[in-house]
Amino acid sequence: MRVPPDLKYVDSHEWIRPEPDGTVTIGITDHAQAALGDLVYVDLPKPGRKVNAGESCAVVESVKAASDVYAPLSGEVVASNDALSGAPEAVNEDAYAAWLFRLRPSEPSQLAGLMDAAAYSKLIAQS
Amino acid sequence: MPKPTSLNATHRAAGARMVDFGGWDMPVNYGSQIDEHHAVRRDAGMFDVSHMRVVDIHGTPAAAPRDFLRYALANNVDRLKTPGKALYSCLLADDGGVLDDLIVYFLREGFFRLVVNAATADKDIAWLTALAGARAPGLRLVPRADLAIIAVQGPQAREHVWRAVPGSEAASAALGPFNAATFAAPGMGELFIARTGYTGEDGFEIVVPAVHAEVLWRALAAQGVTPCGLGARDTLRLEAGMNLYGQDMDESVSPLESGLAWTVDLASDRDFAGKAALLARPARRRLAGLVLTDAGGVLRAHQAVHTDAGEGEITSGTFSPTLRKSIALARLPAAVAVGDTVHVQVRDKRLAARVVKPPFVRNGRALVQ
Repeated sequence: MRVPPDLKYVDSHEWIRPEPDGTVTIGITDHAQAALGDLVYVDLPKPGRKVNAGESCAVVESVKAASDVYAPLSGEVVASNDALSGAPEAVNEDAYAAWLFRLRPSEPSQLAGLMDAAAYSKLIAQS
Repeated sequence: MPKPTSLNATHRAAGARMVDFGGWDMPVNYGSQIDEHHAVRRDAGMFDVSHMRVVDIHGTPAAAPRDFLRYALANNVDRLKTPGKALYSCLLADDGGVLDDLIVYFLREGFFRLVVNAATADKDIAWLTALAGARAPGLRLVPRADLAIIAVQGPQAREHVWRAVPGSEAASAALGPFNAATFAAPGMGELFIARTGYTGEDGFEIVVPAVHAEVLWRALAAQGVTPCGLGARDTLRLEAGMNLYGQDMDESVSPLESGLAWTVDLASDRDFAGKAALLARPARRRLAGLVLTDAGGVLRAHQAVHTDAGEGEITSGTFSPTLRKSIALARLPAAVAVGDTVHVQVRDKRLAARVVKPPFVRNGRALVQ
């Protein structure tokens, strides 16, 4: 399973990429897409929605099952990847290119509490 | 610990994602489940279904299997007139609930063969043994843990089998649907080859001595038959409108409320286990097909269905790779008709779905829009 070294992670299997403009981009990890199998539906949060860290704010559904996606940080949704609604399989093809949504964090200090690639690799090795 | 089939190491070496299914450690998918699904609709795929149990029934002059099965099964074994012929039937409890669904093969008057589900096998054998003790002492029920089963399914399945297994074409080319034959294949032992399946496609289910299962699997793989897991098996059977025991029906429901009235022989004056209870309890619900017409999610088991005639529930739901839409089987009030629009509770949304008559797909063709 790929775990890119430049991203941050949470134990609910989302990845987080801080952007130069202060927003963060969020997706699900390669490990998560492999466990879910072929994705057939994504439900993404609308821009403007305010979310709390740990709150369910998106759904990804594979042929097998539906799975919630949790906001790894508190903040306001500034964009969602609408291209995925017609092509959810893009997440299976490259989970790190097929981002789900972007947040503008309201508490940027939460970023420091996220896992790095080494810690996430260790987590999924145990599962 | 779930039990391994004789192909367990082969599945693991192929990188299969494994899951506990009915107490067995089974492959759910090897790579993309959707690719496996399409392989079966377009060419041929193979499934290890060795978790299903073969139970042979041997009679004596005093205890004929046919007489016993005429009472034990809800479908009428007198439809089996020529050796090798198969019949799908429910096994009913005395209260009319479905103990299991199975296929029964008539091989000769002294020898019938059942193939039952994995999770229910022990329960079925106990039930049948008790019933035989009361009605047909001397009848022998022989569970065949020494046998494996490989299903090869798809429009090209039979040709692939014929190329992979020496002697198979001569033994099976003349077999019609729901017929089986036995033959000896070099290096694979005695094979029981049945033109049956659980996908809505043509093909075979091959019962093979477990010690030879891997040789057969590798011979099929060498012909280009795609290994498929239980994930694709589930989307294929659901598109084909076939029930899954434990999900679409179980001991708590009547076959008449499970889309299985066509398998229950209420027309003849033959008595069978569960018949009196079925006659005393008219069906108030029916199992119907649903096609999701709104965007907003995927139909899944246990979602509530709101209809003008009352509430229903989805028993099996998925995304159909062939139709590229979500489909389901749902138990609905009997008054709901094909063509009606109903609403399914998907998380916080009520999504519209159309009631259709299964199957959704047969022999590669979409039957619903």
